[in-house]
Amino acid sequence: MPTRRRALLILAALAGLALLSIALALMVGSVSIPFNEVLASLFGSESGLSGDVVRSLRLPRALAGFACGGLLALAGALLQVLLRNPLADPYVLGISGGAGVGALLAILFGFGLVGVNGSAFIGALAAMLVVFGLAHGDGSWTQTRLLLTGVIVAAGCGAAVALMLSIAPDNKLRGMLFWLMGDLSQSNDPRLVLGVLTAVLLVSLPFSRELNLLTRGTDMAQTLGVHVTRLRRGVYLVASLATAAAVTQAGSIGFIGLIVPHLVRLAVGNDQRLLLPASVLAGGSLLVIADTLARSIVAPQQLPVGVLTALIGVPVFLFLLTRDAQTGR
Amino acid sequence: MSSKSPLLEARQLTVGIGAKTFCRNLDLTLRAGERLAILGRNGAGKSTLLSVLAGLRAPQAGSVLINGASYATLGVRKSALIRGWLPQVRGDAFASTVLETAMVGRHPHLDRWGWETDKDAKIVREALAAVDLDSFEQRDVLTLSGGERQRLAIATLLAQEPQLFLLDEPIAHLDLKHQISMLELFAGAARDCGAGVAMVLHEPALAWRFCDRVVLIHGNGHTETGSAREMLSIERLSALYQYPLHAIECDGRISFIPR
Repeated sequence: MPTRRRALLILAALAGLALLSIALALMVGSVSIPFNEVLASLFGSESGLSGDVVRSLRLPRALAGFACGGLLALAGALLQVLLRNPLADPYVLGISGGAGVGALLAILFGFGLVGVNGSAFIGALAAMLVVFGLAHGDGSWTQTRLLLTGVIVAAGCGAAVALMLSIAPDNKLRGMLFWLMGDLSQSNDPRLVLGVLTAVLLVSLPFSRELNLLTRGTDMAQTLGVHVTRLRRGVYLVASLATAAAVTQAGSIGFIGLIVPHLVRLAVGNDQRLLLPASVLAGGSLLVIADTLARSIVAPQQLPVGVLTALIGVPVFLFLLTRDAQTGR
Repeated sequence: MSSKSPLLEARQLTVGIGAKTFCRNLDLTLRAGERLAILGRNGAGKSTLLSVLAGLRAPQAGSVLINGASYATLGVRKSALIRGWLPQVRGDAFASTVLETAMVGRHPHLDRWGWETDKDAKIVREALAAVDLDSFEQRDVLTLSGGERQRLAIATLLAQEPQLFLLDEPIAHLDLKHQISMLELFAGAARDCGAGVAMVLHEPALAWRFCDRVVLIHGNGHTETGSAREMLSIERLSALYQYPLHAIECDGRISFIPR
């Protein structure tokens, strides 16, 4: 039986994991820094090289990674409920496709980092509005219709991305590919994504029991006292904004939004009151760990973190699918 | 909202989908302790009528009142404390235990930040026991059979503790024993707790045995409402199902047999 006590215990354990992952990210890299020096740089006045590395390079990157991982996992969990489809992820509705088109256009025209981020965010919002508008057209938006509209918009964005990649000059191609695969190396100010993560979580949590009801079907939720239309619009908006913020910060990092909610659901059950915050902590930790690996495996060279999350994600997800098939799903 | 208001009242109700009208200007009242059966052919509009009565769908004309107030004035939350609805069984998308699934029925009784208390757990366990699922608490709902899912849906409804039960084919997928025990359960709720029960049924003999009143929906906008004895005649049922029937009486119960 779900109790508040059990939820708090699990969340405390996951918060510990999150702190561990961030500590790891601060210690490991091309220069490894022992734990006591990390502490000294964070809370003392360590002013040497390690202080600089921790404070101005690794900490912002780790925090941005945590926020993006948390946002993606939360958006994935919300969309799986909204679409009543365990295979939904934050990108299924074309939001990352829109952001990709925006970002690549900006790179193609030689905008700076701010321009690329701004353009990616505008692209994400545009895709979100198009999908919502088309799926909502006659006021009766079913899960299937929303899903199909999103998939089609995503496919259209994919074609536009492929077109831009094929006409892009060679010197811009690498930057474009890194953006598409997901990359945290440009993260020097995590405050915005952390703010969005906090806001999105605070907005979702009060509705988490209503989300439990939504997984049982819209009519069922309505007769049990949920204002279904309002809730579904809110979930769509919140999940889209979370995805847009994460994608803008770090590009389309795959699989976090798909596998983290699944892993958490397997471990702690499908009660959204626990699932949502637990997904945030687990998704954040996983992305921080993956990013630490991405920049230390072949240091000083960096791998795109999206490649690593996919390399971890694909086998885990295939395992889950075959397991589900065996239990008769 | 006086206590004399009927649990459910439909005034001049017209229900349909698109150009097809299922019932026209239907007047219907259901008071505490009454049991109503809704009969008709496939596609005649029984489920649509029930979902209009449950406030899930707007009527084409007329109004629906529960405890003397409309769904709009009550709001979804207060409505959920009065009326419960049993949908035709559909699949679940996510794994969950039987206990947690039935627990969602407690939602309207909890405040926004509330968690289920021991009292809620007790109510849910009693509901599971009432539908013969007490040993299934920790089973995954995705592994249940059709009949077990149906009983779980009934347990969820019982956990909601509504005064008005709107049941869409409550005995679908159930074996004989559970068909009777579930109908007796709802009859008991009407008799002992003053609940009002309206149910879509396909078996006129069970409507005869378990209901006081019957609505016949002919599917062309024409409906007939009356006491079970009056409505469940061979002539009326043969016309309703467009198939000739016999009636056989045995030990004071009746059975309708297709010719």
